Amino acid sequence: MRRALNQYAQVSPYLAVGFALTIAFVLYPMVKGMYISFFHYNVIKPDTSEAAGFGNFGRVFGDPMIGTALRNSILLALVTVPGQWIVGVMLALLIQVKTVRLKVVWRLVYYIPVISSWIVVSYLFRFLFADGHEGFINYLLVDMLHLIGEPIGWLQNTWSANLVIWLVSIWKGVGWVMVLYLAALQSIPQSLYEAAEIDGAKPATTFLQITLPLVRPLTAYVLINLINGAIQAFIQVYAITQGGPMDTTQLLNTYLYKQAFQYFDFGYASAISVCLGVFIFALTYTQQRSIGRDRIEY
Amino acid sequence: MKNLKTTLIHLLLVAGIAVVVGPFVYMILTSLTTDNYSLPSPHKLMTDTKSLDNFAQAWGKNHFQLYFMNSLLVTGATMLFSLALSSCMAYAFARFPFPGKELLFRLFVFTLFVPAIINIIPQFTILKALHLVDRFPGLILLYVGSGLVGSTFFLRGFFERIPRELEESIVIDGGGRFTIFRSIYIPLSLPALGTLAIFSFQGTWDEFVVALTVMKSEAHRTLPVALQLFRGQYVSFYGLFFAASIIALIPTIIVFLVFQKQFVQANLSDGSIKN
Repeated sequence: MRRALNQYAQVSPYLAVGFALTIAFVLYPMVKGMYISFFHYNVIKPDTSEAAGFGNFGRVFGDPMIGTALRNSILLALVTVPGQWIVGVMLALLIQVKTVRLKVVWRLVYYIPVISSWIVVSYLFRFLFADGHEGFINYLLVDMLHLIGEPIGWLQNTWSANLVIWLVSIWKGVGWVMVLYLAALQSIPQSLYEAAEIDGAKPATTFLQITLPLVRPLTAYVLINLINGAIQAFIQVYAITQGGPMDTTQLLNTYLYKQAFQYFDFGYASAISVCLGVFIFALTYTQQRSIGRDRIEY
Repeated sequence: MKNLKTTLIHLLLVAGIAVVVGPFVYMILTSLTTDNYSLPSPHKLMTDTKSLDNFAQAWGKNHFQLYFMNSLLVTGATMLFSLALSSCMAYAFARFPFPGKELLFRLFVFTLFVPAIINIIPQFTILKALHLVDRFPGLILLYVGSGLVGSTFFLRGFFERIPRELEESIVIDGGGRFTIFRSIYIPLSLPALGTLAIFSFQGTWDEFVVALTVMKSEAHRTLPVALQLFRGQYVSFYGLFFAASIIALIPTIIVFLVFQKQFVQANLSDGSIKN
C-alpha cells in the first residue's frame, strides 16, 4: 500500500496535468454523453431536461435513417481501410525497388494530399465531380476520352456520391501509409531477401512470408489509425454531399451531428453515439487485447 | 528484362503522380483565373489569361490575415503543449511502475475508438463552466486535451525501446528521473517527436468542427472555418476560395519541410522490426 502510494507520488509529476486534461476533455465527455442519452436534453437550460429513460435508444432502433447511415459508415470503413492500405503498401514496395530513382521526390509528392487540409480537399473533389461539362471529371470522361456519352451527375446519385467520398478518403490517406511502410522496409536486413532469392522464392511469396511478418507491429499501428480515421470520418461528407441526396450518404457521424446541431436534439444524438461506441467496442474487443501485446514489441 | 521492369515501375509511379497532383493543378489553375461566376469550365481554365488577382484579394479581404494569425497562434500553442505533455505522459507509462498502469493505458487506447464528434457537447459545457468559450485558451486546452491520448500511445513505444543501460551514467552522476528524461529520452526520440510535431500541426491547422462550434465571434475564427464561409460572401467565389486555400496550405508545407528530416529517418522502422 505504502509502496503503491510512493509509486504514485513519483509518477504524478509526469502524469497529473495530462491525465487531468484527458479526464476533462475525453473521459468525462464520454461519461456525460452516456448520461445525456437518457434525457430529452435541453442545452440552454440543462436543469430543465426531462428524463427519457430508454426512449432515445428506442428511437435509434426505429429510425430508418440509422440503417442507411450505419450502412454508409460500415461501407466507408470496408472500402477505404483496405483501399488505403493496399495502395499505400504497393507504392512503398515500388519506390523501395533498388533501381528506382528519385526516391525522395516520389515520397514527397505522394505525401502532399496527406498534409493538405480536409476541408480544402473535400471542396476540391466536390468541384472536380461537379455536374455537367463544367466538372473536370465529366469533361475528362466525356469530352476528352469519349468514354461515356453524357456527363454524370456524380453527387446527385447515392452510389456515385458515395464513390466520390470513398475516393477522396483513399486519395488523401495513401501517402501516409506509404511513408510509414517505406521507413519500415528500409530497415529490413537485405540479407533476408538475398537468402529468399537464392531459395528461388517468388516476389509475392517473399512479401507474404518475410516482409509482412517482420512489419507486423507497424501494420497493427497503421490499421488502428486507418480504422480510427474511418470511424471519425466527417468532413468529407459534410463538405461534399451534406448527406444528400435525400440523406442517403449520411454517415452515423454526420447524422448525429445534424441531430445535435441542426435540430438541437442532443439526447438522441448522444444515444446514437453511445450505440456506435458499444458497437465499436464489441467489434474491436478481441483485437484490443492483441494490440496491447503488439505495442510492447515496438 | 530488368530494364523493362524498372521502366514499368517508373511509368506506374508517374501515372500515380498524375492522380495525386492532377487535382492540385486544377486548383492552382482555378485560383489563377478571374470572373468565375460559375464553376470555370476546363476549357476556360486552359485558355484564359492568368493573374494573381485572386491571391491579392483573398489575402487582403475578409479579415483573412487575422484568421491566418489566429490559426497560427492556436496551432503553435497546441503543438507545443501537446508535445510537452504527451512526452511526459509517455515517459510515465514507459518507465514508471505503478498499480493499474496497464488498465489505465487500455482505457486510454479505448477512447481512441469512440467517435469524438459527440464529445463536443460535454466539452462545450466544460469550457462554459471554465468561462473559456469563444476564447483562444479554451480552444487550445480542448485541442491539447483531446489529442494527448493518441500522442502518448505513439510516443510510449519509442521510449520503451531506449535501452535502460543508458540511464546508468546519469544515475552515477547523481542525476534524478527528470535529468534522465531530459537528457536521454528526449534527445534520442527527436525523430518521433518531429513526426508527432508534423501530425499535431496538421491536425490542428486543419481542424474544423470544434473550431466552428466553440469559437463564436467573427474575430476569433480560425482558417478552416473562414475558408468555408468564403463561399457565401462572394459571387465569384471559386477562384478566391482556391487562392485562399493555397495560402492556407503554405504553413503546413513549411512545417513539413522543416521537420522532414526527422520524418525521413522515421523511425517507426527501428522498432517495427521484431528480433
